[in-house]
Amino acid sequence: MKRLPVIALSLAALGAAPSAAFAAGAHEGHDMPAAGKPQMQTSAPSAEPTAAMDHGGMKMQGGPAPADARDPHGYAGGFTLDGGQYALAGPRQLSLADEHSFGMLLVDRLERVDTRTATSTAFDAQAWFGRDYDRFVVKAEGDYADGRLEEARTELLWGHAVVSYWDAQLGLRHDTGEGPDRTWLAVGLQGLAPYWFELDATAYVGAAGRTALRVEAEYELPLTQRLVLQPRAEFNLYGKKDEANGLGSGLTDASIGVRLRYEISRRFAPYVGVAWGNKFGQTADLARAEGAPTHETRWVVGLRFWF
Amino acid sequence: MFPLRFPPIRTVGPSRRRFVQGLAAGGVLAACSGLSLPAFARERHTSVGDAPVLSGREIALVVDETPVNFTGSVRMATTINGSIPAPTLRLREGDEVTIRVTNRLRVPTSIHWHGIILPYQMDGVPGISFAGIAPGETFTYRFRLEQAGTYWYHSHSGMQELTGMYGALIVEPRDGERVRAARDYVVLLSDWTDEDPMHVFAKLKTQSDYYNYNQPTLVDFFRDVSASGLKAAIDKRKMWNEMRMSPTDLADLSGATLTFLMNGTTPAGNWTGLFRKGERVRLRFINGAGNTFYDVRIPGLKMAVIQSDGVDVEPVTVDEFRFGPGETYDVLVEPRDDAYTLFAQAMDRSGYARGTLATRAGLEAPVPAMDAVEWLTMADMMGGMGTMAGMGHGTVPGAMKGMDQGAMPMPHGMAGMNHGAMAMDHGQHAMSDNPLDRPSQIVRHARTEYGPSTDMRVDMPRTNLDDPGIGLRNNGRRVLTLADLSTVGGPIDPRGPEREIELHLTGNMERYTWSFDGLEFGQSTPVHLRYGERVRVILHNDTMMTHPMHLHGMWSELENADGEFLVRRHTIPVQPAQRVSFLVTADALGRWAWHCHLMFHMDAGMFRQVVVA
Repeated sequence: MKRLPVIALSLAALGAAPSAAFAAGAHEGHDMPAAGKPQMQTSAPSAEPTAAMDHGGMKMQGGPAPADARDPHGYAGGFTLDGGQYALAGPRQLSLADEHSFGMLLVDRLERVDTRTATSTAFDAQAWFGRDYDRFVVKAEGDYADGRLEEARTELLWGHAVVSYWDAQLGLRHDTGEGPDRTWLAVGLQGLAPYWFELDATAYVGAAGRTALRVEAEYELPLTQRLVLQPRAEFNLYGKKDEANGLGSGLTDASIGVRLRYEISRRFAPYVGVAWGNKFGQTADLARAEGAPTHETRWVVGLRFWF
Repeated sequence: MFPLRFPPIRTVGPSRRRFVQGLAAGGVLAACSGLSLPAFARERHTSVGDAPVLSGREIALVVDETPVNFTGSVRMATTINGSIPAPTLRLREGDEVTIRVTNRLRVPTSIHWHGIILPYQMDGVPGISFAGIAPGETFTYRFRLEQAGTYWYHSHSGMQELTGMYGALIVEPRDGERVRAARDYVVLLSDWTDEDPMHVFAKLKTQSDYYNYNQPTLVDFFRDVSASGLKAAIDKRKMWNEMRMSPTDLADLSGATLTFLMNGTTPAGNWTGLFRKGERVRLRFINGAGNTFYDVRIPGLKMAVIQSDGVDVEPVTVDEFRFGPGETYDVLVEPRDDAYTLFAQAMDRSGYARGTLATRAGLEAPVPAMDAVEWLTMADMMGGMGTMAGMGHGTVPGAMKGMDQGAMPMPHGMAGMNHGAMAMDHGQHAMSDNPLDRPSQIVRHARTEYGPSTDMRVDMPRTNLDDPGIGLRNNGRRVLTLADLSTVGGPIDPRGPEREIELHLTGNMERYTWSFDGLEFGQSTPVHLRYGERVRVILHNDTMMTHPMHLHGMWSELENADGEFLVRRHTIPVQPAQRVSFLVTADALGRWAWHCHLMFHMDAGMFRQVVVA
């Protein structure tokens, strides 16, 4: 989870992002070259080492198990961990960390935000508790200004590891803030795309036929062993206009930013950064009608920490 | 697990290529510490350095918690008879020994006699051999020593081994040592963390590269661009990044949390063994670390390796050897100067353990600089394919280097070429009638290796054993490899294998999961060996780390890719993308443990039960 969210997803890619993320999950890694192919030995993958990896149908990562894959229990001869000759009496006594639960709370962003017109506090946190392949996940993101919560999104999810680098997530999302509360059913995918892009894409279905899609991407670029540049992008789409919450249909808002943090320890890093936020379409119209800005530059100072 | 503590701010970081050299004094009297320790601890302390020696047929050991101070901070260690290392047991081959172990901890404990052939009930693995030793209880181990050599013993409960429970176990041959030496020293290497090991483990579950301060950075990238051009710099990184793997993933823990110890002594403490000029000195190196592979050398001295894992080998003279947790090597040296440094750098080059051989106490020899950190190569990731990809081209620098300078000879590096449709015969070996003469090279991944528990699979492993491993290739020194080892007297059992068992070493670095065949221990079933059978075990490493694999209760007789016997071991290191095989005679009834001896890999689930019945 270290490189939690991000990327520079282009706007154009946005519409396709969730499906792209799913596809990436299903198609882990890439095909490897057939060893016997002559060009491997002669001309070689010099120009494009990875291009050569698409020959031959062997994969180093992911993919479905072939029908003749080995049975991992094929050597057991009917024995189980706690059953059969020489087993200790009673239930199994030895259990290792794979059967223990762990937990983590990451506050990825806790920051003071300054725009030309206002000052606010934003937070973005994620926690999990559970085992390696199944865990509870809590996500929370929101903004405070003038002592009140402007908007907040909280998600309670069950995360299940589906492939090497991707977890499927299923649960509820609850929005609170100045407008009316909204509750959604959430289905998403979170993980690590090739080249270390951390993606979090979730689709939502709410009451009254409301739908939404949220895509967040992050990347962690170590400049030195402790100085890390973290680009981050977030896009929100809604299927139906929600005027009371200032949301139109279609792409409502996006933000792209970059934060530079210094890891005093891995778990404790102050940062500075800048982000650009933009509202689009009907959402921008609604903002204009209220006299609110449709795009803004946010200067941020904050703290990233986890434990 | 959910440590609600504010993280400590470390000002001395390994990013500055420093690590904890430790206190010169080592052990501590709690009374001096100023810390408020529980009353029971206040009167006790841990003695460090040369361990006391216990011998005879009756031994009493007491496991307790005692304070220790390696770094400037007092911590509680779990110790045996109050020392780190635990007492050196000097026993005699043929003796039946009785060892009473009393547990004064508040949690259960155990002791495993690493490499000793004994009845399974005496093997000391809680939950498999016995129920463990409850607090306040005394367990009596009783077994006959049917072997001689250098071994060791350690706790097999929780993380107690990492917090101090390890010691040397030397079994003197019934007829006296085969090799005469004027001096005989145990050099037990280990590692220590001031943190709670389970806390460390939990951190890795969240961020597996938490302790790696040699990660590729943008600065490195620009350095490579200026040295070799943009394209080469991109090519060097492309596949790693595409696959979400790190080329500097050499160790899970580093000097960022570890203090590296030699005989329970920090580098600053400088453990010293004395000799007189002209004397022959036997050094019994034992790797009792929880995490660390050590690269050991004594600048200015050749080492004649005479024993590996307690078993005599034909002497081979080297400058350096690498060994992982669980392994042992006995070497002979003949020092002629006044002082030599025993230098044991961690494989990830984040620190070292160090001591001195000298003609009198207080003398020191220069401590060499650590070698540079090398990136893993394509061969470490892809095995035979990596070396092929690198052949003759400048785009995969790591693999190239290996190829060009012969560090990774290829004759057998193409195992798996017979895989599926890619039949490619070596053509070098006349095929005999018995297909079991040579280990199978057909790679068979388990169906459970295609899910979230693995991050890669190697289809064309390398099977050559003459690779000293990353960081030691072409370093200008003669480095020991498995291919150099030859057990005196040959295999213990002349029979060939009746069948093969293939198991893959697997993991997912991002999730920090470790397993066999993609199944952690909790989901696994035992490996059943028929009593009396001779079986070939193939271990195929589908990860980018080296795993020291320790099979309890029975010897692992390592062979080369042609099925020729090399060396009898209790712990076999399997390098990244490597496929090795060994023969086992299943002559030990009962249930046994089989696991990676990196403690966290074991605890994460790279662990199998073996049933001989």
